[in-house]
Parts: sequence; structure tokens; C-alpha cells
Amino acid sequence: MSTTRKKVKLIKIDADKCNGCRACEMICSAFHATPKYSSNNPERSRVRVIRDPLKDVYLPVYAGEYTPSECKGRDKYVIDGKEYDECSFCRASCPSRNLFKEPDSGLPLKCDMCEDEEEPLCVTWCLAKALTYEEREEEREEEPQLGEIETGLEALVKKHGLQKLMDSVARLSKKG
Amino acid sequence: MAYAETGFNLEIDLTRGNIERVATDPKLTRLYLGGLGTNSKILWDRVPPEVEPFSPENLLVFGTGLLVGTPAPGSNRTIVSTISPQTGLMAYSMMGGFWAPELKYAGYDKVIFRGKSPTLIYLYIHNDKVEIRDATHLHGKGAVETQELIKKELKDPNIQVAAIGLAGENRVFTASIEQGRSSASRLGIGAVMGDKGIKAIAVRGTKDLNIAKPLEYMKLCNEVLKYISDREEKPVPGVMPILAGLGSPQEMLHTDEKWHTENFSWGNSRTRRKEFWTKEVEEKWTATQEGARTRLISCYNCPMKCGAIISLPGMSTYMMKCFSKLTYNMAAFVDDLEFGFRIAQRATEYGVDGFSTPQIMAFAVELWDAGILTDADFEGCPKDNEGKFYWLLDRIVRREGIGDILADGTHWAALKIGNGAEAYAHNNIKKHEQLPLKLGMLNPIYFLMYCTGEKSNITQIEGQFPQAPFPTMEEREEFVSDWVHVPDDKFKQYLLDWELRGEKSNPYYPTVDMSVDIVDWQEKMHYIDDALGICAGLSSFPLKPPYHIHNYPKFISAATGIDMDEAELSLAAKRNRTLLRAFNIRRGLTRADEKPPEDHWRKRFPELEEQLLDAYYKFKGWNNQGIPTKETLHELDMDYVSADLEQRGFLP
Repeated sequence: MSTTRKKVKLIKIDADKCNGCRACEMICSAFHATPKYSSNNPERSRVRVIRDPLKDVYLPVYAGEYTPSECKGRDKYVIDGKEYDECSFCRASCPSRNLFKEPDSGLPLKCDMCEDEEEPLCVTWCLAKALTYEEREEEREEEPQLGEIETGLEALVKKHGLQKLMDSVARLSKKG
Repeated sequence: MAYAETGFNLEIDLTRGNIERVATDPKLTRLYLGGLGTNSKILWDRVPPEVEPFSPENLLVFGTGLLVGTPAPGSNRTIVSTISPQTGLMAYSMMGGFWAPELKYAGYDKVIFRGKSPTLIYLYIHNDKVEIRDATHLHGKGAVETQELIKKELKDPNIQVAAIGLAGENRVFTASIEQGRSSASRLGIGAVMGDKGIKAIAVRGTKDLNIAKPLEYMKLCNEVLKYISDREEKPVPGVMPILAGLGSPQEMLHTDEKWHTENFSWGNSRTRRKEFWTKEVEEKWTATQEGARTRLISCYNCPMKCGAIISLPGMSTYMMKCFSKLTYNMAAFVDDLEFGFRIAQRATEYGVDGFSTPQIMAFAVELWDAGILTDADFEGCPKDNEGKFYWLLDRIVRREGIGDILADGTHWAALKIGNGAEAYAHNNIKKHEQLPLKLGMLNPIYFLMYCTGEKSNITQIEGQFPQAPFPTMEEREEFVSDWVHVPDDKFKQYLLDWELRGEKSNPYYPTVDMSVDIVDWQEKMHYIDDALGICAGLSSFPLKPPYHIHNYPKFISAATGIDMDEAELSLAAKRNRTLLRAFNIRRGLTRADEKPPEDHWRKRFPELEEQLLDAYYKFKGWNNQGIPTKETLHELDMDYVSADLEQRGFLP
């Protein structure tokens, strides 16, 4: 494999500045609707604000990789006297919680940094500046890129196994 | 497919325990938009004037505004409508927060309650699954506490809960509905909720909300977002801090309270303390506020931070907004701000209106001082001001002893107490307690708003037009230079010519006709907001807001696909305003009720005041008793209203 210089996109999260309005969730789900902006639904958002106002917990978390299994151990964090529930900082779409799953299909969601936009739209909509955008360049080994369908299929394969999936596809294509 | 709205209401019959999902009539959306408009239509159709507030036939409607849950910033309002136990007229209290968008995502525009539950219940809405659940274990629990308990019980932190506290359960006339950082407080709707046996409504929604013209709509939303950002950098000069920016008054952010503490009245709306705000007070109050405030917080999809998390040692955390910060201190004559934050915590858990309740307590203390209430009524009450207020609050929400009488508000309490007590219930409009504001010279614009506002609450009518003239022409010219919000350029001239003193000053300038024009614009914007579910803090309340009469029609068209222009939107606002008026006329509202508190202004002008009211009624298309005429109702497609008013003898 060869190495290339790659642009790394980064969202800096200043949780102290979060006002808990969830505009990030709204705009994310609207941007990723098909057609674009035709609907919105925070449950489809790839960023969620973990909120517990009475404990002053305001924590925007982004959807990362799908994982088929739960973690063996769980962690609770206490920072500045505030206790964060287990999994609060985790980006994974996983079986242990309902976060980052398409509400209809249950398929995992993943933040794509709003690809073609100047900056992720959650950043644009965060006037509180809890979310800010940064870019930097990094040396990277090249990896094959997966398209959206492949990402979904890969998740299904991990969940159900390749054979089951192929059987299902065969059955579906017969129904025509 | 429905756009912006879901096209479905939930009908809950509490007596029978029946739940139905009912499709709405899209024609009504065009005519009444949504929110307050369609709430009022439902109440007009289904609650005849004979129905008492605490009758099973009274409805309690939780409506979302037409644009709620869409990407429009600040579109998050719940409009709760019912008959007020205090005024006997329509109550429509509103709250921001997160409840209304969640209801939209669950697939409903409104929840309509009728009947009464035999035992205390809560409603749980999770998309298509709707359950009436037992709430007897939540009896007496705090309004904030209840929200947390229900989220735990249902094992979902993302559920949004609107709940009442003890005050609502005991049908206290100032009982509120609390939800997150927000509350629907005015006019006793929490009492109606308690009377129906509803402790809370819990909602969770995970469905899509659709937009008719997505790209157009998003462009408008982006413009508004950009405007908010720019406007926040450009406070309006020459007005006090809370009126310079956007949002509801930024009481949680600002610590400078010179204006409120020295211009608003203390006690039972009696005493101005013109030297109150000393350096020492400022330092102490700033430290108290900054110590108590953990974070400034927002409602759903709104960049303004009008609320705050308040946390003080030895009490549970709660959320606060706006003027409740000061109402208890000022009513109780307590100079330590920490008292205000502490008693407001208890009051929020009890679920009471932070405007009326302190005033009722100050009224009681005054009656005690005057000997109209006696030591026997206050047996066991501490002698210090703080102690008196805590004691009274506990009695009122439990309806114990004198608290049972006070729980009906100052108007009804004074009637029951008698012996001259009526003179102490001096700060009411239509039986409802007002802001403790006592001024010198009559302001004709405010006179009309106080008299005719259907909600009897000035903050829900005022806005857009400066409260006072700017002293210099330079300031005025600067102000009007980017005043794109005016419906017509004549409003700029009104402001340019308005002087502090002399011929073109209050009370004769703005002239009668100008005053009517200005009031019409101000209330029109509120009626639009209340139908769309956009927060007044981004629209009708502040100066130069992001939403106005020129961009609103575009928002409605792009969101719903309904063709809307300024003329049609103005007509819809007029329709809603007129329907509320007709509803209240049918319930007994008369011209004689339309007056500010006697002592609101020192300098009064009876002849001018009559002219103002005459001109306002005429402009609205009402007769000189304030009743909408047949012709007006016909123009508004409301012949069904005139037929009813005619049948009941209100119209010839």
C-alpha cells in the first residue's frame, strides 16, 4: 500500500458551551434526508446530545463505527463532580443501546462530516460554538473506500452472517 | 402526505379511558394555521359558554404550532388552551422547551383531553402506542421531580414530560404546567389539568416531519439563523439591556437589575424603591446569581439562552427563566436575591405561576397588616418576610386555612374575605394579576394593549415598536434605517415624530388612529407566532426580530405547500384574533371589563381612553361593545360565529 497526504476533518466539542438546543440533531437529520432537507427527525441524526439538565450533563456525541457486540466492561466517568453514565462518550452504534440506529431499519448511522459542505452543518447551526470545525493534513496509508450500500451491507453481514444475507437477497430478488 | 403538520390529533376521553387518533381537516390549516388558531376553533366548536372550567365537558388542548419541529429556529411552542378557572374566559398559556417537537415526531399535532379521570393518571405517547397509565404513586410529587420519575419509570431519558405539581392537583388558580426549562403558567391551566386527573403527559417520537419545498425552506431557515447571529452582535442602542437583544428578557444572563428593582413596584405592587440599586447590592446580587447559575440553556432548536440551570446547596436543582428571578424578592420585600432563587425552587416543584403567586402572597401580607386578615388566619406563621412567604406558599398549594381562599387569586379571595379587601386586589385586569408596574403618564399604545389583550398579559401583546420615544432625531433615524420589519413605512414616521415631551408626546401622540395601527401590528405578530409555534422571543416580542410579516408567508408556503402571502396571513391572524374575541364575548366579556388597573398610570384621560377603545373596536370591525359584527365575521369566513352570537342574543 502507498501512503498519501490526507485531509483529516475534526469537530472540536466544547461541552461547557453546549446550551442543549439540539439544533445539531435537527440539521443533521434534515441534511441526510432524501431528498435533502425534505424531512427531519432527530432520531436519525448522527450527532446526539446526551442531556441530563438537572445534573448539568450536556454532551454532544457523534456516531462512529458500528460494532456487533457489546463491550465486556462499561465505564462511568466522574469529571468535575459530574457523573456521566456508562457509554456517554462512546461513538459506537452497538447492541447495548438505541443510539445511532435508523429508527425504521435499525441499521447503524455514522457521521460523514456532511461530505460536500464547507463544514459539517451541525457546526454551522451551533451558534453557541460548542461545536467548531478544524482540518489538518496527515500521512495516511490508503485503504479501499466503501460506498454507502457497502457500509450498510457490511453491517448486516456482521450482524447476521454472509450466508443469511445472501439467502435474503436471493429471496427478495425472486419476489421481484 | 402532510407537510409541517402531521395531520393527526389525539383525542383522549378520560372518563371512559378511550384513546383515538383522528385525522384533521386540511382546510382548517389554511384558515387558522395551527397552534392557538386551531385550538380556539376546537374550543369554539366543542365548549359552549355554559361549560364551567372544572366541568368534565371543558376541554384541555395541548396544541403544537404549525411550524413546530421543522428546521425553523425557535419553532418549539406548545399552546395549551382551556377555560380559565380564574377569569372564566379562554386561557391560552404557552411553553417552549422540547415537548411540542417531540409530539410532532410522535405523529400528532395536538392532544385533546375531555372528561375526567376517576384516579390520577399520566398519558404516555410513544409514536403509535398511547397509554393511560396509573399515576397514584406520583400524588403530591413535585412538577420537576415527576418528570424525572417518569423518565426513569419508562427507562428512556429522551422522553419529554409536561407535569403538574401539588398546586395543579389541588386546583390552585395559579397552577402551572412545568416541562424542562419551560412552563405554561398563566391563567390556571395547571388547575384544569389537575381537575381532570392528569399528572403528566410523557411523549417520545421517532418519526419524520416533512417539508413541502425543502430547498426553499432551508434557505429561509439559514437566513434567519444568519440574521440571529448578526443581530446578537448589534444590540439596539438607547434601550435597556433586556430590550436591546433578541430572546425573551435575558434575565438569567444579565445581572444588572437597576431598571426592574427601581422601576417596578415592590410588595403588593405598591412601592417604588428609587435608590435601591447600590454598588453593594449590585456586587452581592451578581455574586449570588453567578453562584446559583450552572449553565445558560435553550429550548429546542433555538440559539438563544433564555433559561438557566439553578443549583444552590441544600436544595434540588431546577431550571428558571425570565422575571421569576425577581418576583418573589420584590413581592416579599426581601433584599437578598438568594431568597428569590430558593423560594422559586419550591414554587417550581409545586408548579405555580411566578407572576401571580408572589402577588397573592403580598396581597395577603398587606391584608394582615391592615387588620382585614387576622392573627387567627396566620396562626403559626413566622414574623419575618421570608418566613411569611414560605408559609403562605405552603398553605396556598395545599389549600389549607387561609391558603384555600388565597389559592383562587386576589380577585376571588378579596370577594370572599370582604371587609374592604377588594381595594387590595388592585393590580388585576379581568381578574388576573398583572406585572407590578405603576407609571406616571398614560401611554395610549399600552392603554389599548392592557385593555383589549385576550390573554390579559402584556408581554404576550407588546413588542416590535419601542416602548418609549428616543430622545434625539439622530437616534430615531438610526433606528428606522434598518427597520425592515414594519408592515408599512408609516410606522417609521410615527416613531420619527414621537417626542418625550411637548405636542407630539404621550398621551396624545401617537394619535388615536396611530395607536390603533401600532397595536394592531403588535398583536398581529403575536397571533401569528402563537399559531405557528415560533417563540415570541425570536419574533413578536423583541425589536427587529428575525421573523416578521414579510418573511413569514414564505416560511408557511415553503413548509406546508399552501400558497400564502402577506394579505392572507394577516387575514388568518385577524381570523384567530376575532375568534378568540367572539369566544370570550360568548362567555360574558364586556367593554366594561376592558380597563387597566386604576392605578397603573397616575395621569389618566377618561375621554381619550374612550376614544382609543372606540377607534380600536372600529378598526377591528367590532361594534362599540367590542363584539365582532356580522360583516366582519362574514369577511373572515366565520358566518358560523355570527349565527351563534345572533342566536345567543349578542348580535341583532
